[in-house]
This record gives sequence, C-alpha cells and structure tokens, in this order.
Amino acid sequence: METVTDRRASVTLPSDTEILITRQFDASPELVYRAYTTPELVSRWWVGQRGVMKSCEIDLRVGGKWRYVMEANAGFEVAFHGVYEEIVPDAKLVSSEVFEGMPDAESRSIITFDGTGAGGTLLRVLVGHATREHRDAHVASGMEDGLQEAMDALEGLLRPA
Amino acid sequence: MARAATTSDAFNAVAEPRRRQILDLLAGGERPVNDLVEEMRLDQPLVSKHLRVLREVGAVRVRDVGRQRLYRVDARALKPIADWLAGYEQLWTERFEALDEVLDDLKERQDGDRD
Repeated sequence: METVTDRRASVTLPSDTEILITRQFDASPELVYRAYTTPELVSRWWVGQRGVMKSCEIDLRVGGKWRYVMEANAGFEVAFHGVYEEIVPDAKLVSSEVFEGMPDAESRSIITFDGTGAGGTLLRVLVGHATREHRDAHVASGMEDGLQEAMDALEGLLRPA
Repeated sequence: MARAATTSDAFNAVAEPRRRQILDLLAGGERPVNDLVEEMRLDQPLVSKHLRVLREVGAVRVRDVGRQRLYRVDARALKPIADWLAGYEQLWTERFEALDEVLDDLKERQDGDRD
C-alpha cells in the first residue's frame, strides 16, 4: 500500500561520517539502475528543481569517470565528478564523488538497488566522508539558505532575549 | 564553515554517539539518570558528563521530583539540526520525484515494446 511517507526521501546519519538516503520506487531495479546510469535520464532528475543539467558524462566501467555539471537557478554552475570503483549491473554502484567547489572533501557513495516483493525497488545511497566536517558541509550544501541560518537560529535559542 | 570548536552548540553536542543514544532513550519520555546508566552500561559519572553537555546546549532539561532528578529532551534546541537535515532531504525528495517521472516513461516504453 502506498503511503505519503514512502514518497519522501529518508535521510539519516548512521555515523559521524556517513549519510544514508533511502527511497522506495514503483519500478524494477533494472529500470532504476538504468535511470541512474544513462546520461539523458540522469539529466532529467538529478538537479531536482534547483537548476538545469548543463552536461552529464558517464563512462560506466570500473575505473571509468563520471562528471555532472549543473547550472543552479541562481545562475552559478556547480560540478561534481567521480570514478566508478565497483559495478554490479542492476544491483550496485560504488563510486567516488568530488564536489569541484570543495575538492578536498572527496566522498564515496555505495548505491544499492534492491528488488522488493511487489516489483519495486528499495534504493539506498550510503555516502561516506573522511571527516565529520566534510560530511556536515555536504549535508549543508542541500540547504538553500545554508548552514549559517540554522546556526543563527540556534544561537537565538541559546541566548534568549 | 563557521562553527565553534567546542561542544557549546547542539551540532557538536549530538555528534558524540553516546549523547545521541541518551537523546534516543529520553525521546521515549522522562527518565532518571540510573535508568540511563543501566541501559547504556556505562559508569554513572560518564553518563552524567554527557548529560551535562546536553544540558549546556539546552537539548536536555532536568527537574527534581522528590529525591529523583528526571531528565527529558527539549526538542527546541534540536530543531536547527532537524532543519539542517530537512534541506538536504528536500533536495533528494525533489530528485526522486523527478526520477519517478523518468521511471514512468521507461515503464510505458517497455509496455509499448511488448505490445
């Protein structure tokens, strides 16, 4: 049975250096894998509503590189690249990932596509960073207003007028 | 990233796994420190130390009831962290909604091929 919560991405922090994103899809692992590894298809979903994909290159083999360039709605470009380390077709992808604006903070993503009973897929994206600071910066990058606003709000709480 | 290098903010306070465990345990309701000591199998001074850090950032409140000190979570101090995660979660929710559409197209194409 479908519930609203199934449609939301679930994000948890399983350890100090990791982020885990999970989501159920009403499509087979084969199709989800295809949508994850075909440049024309990745270009249609990866930016969400935050901009447009300028370029999407995928060399799908172990040691092969990928690079995504997005133009954000605010006008600036952001680029990410990485190298595939493990590929199990329709089941698993392991790759490094570098946000080119913060090149020291390389992470590794382990993406698994698990078939569920009803012909669906449970997608798990486990992102591992070398340090908590890099992990936190990665999470903050998803905030449209940035971490600073949250920190300001926290300071307001800690020092009530 | 502007961030104090101490445990004086909630982000750092909850970065410690034991302190996250305390918050998880207190999420079920108010508890005395002895409960936490038992569940966590840690020495009481260590649990008290973690509780003190959590109290300093306002994540945990305490009140005395008779001879017991009862600890509870104060979610207000944790809200910035929830908000911080929510932005990232929203990005992925947007991505996956777009991915749903891509998958619908792929399924249609597949069904079309079968006809």
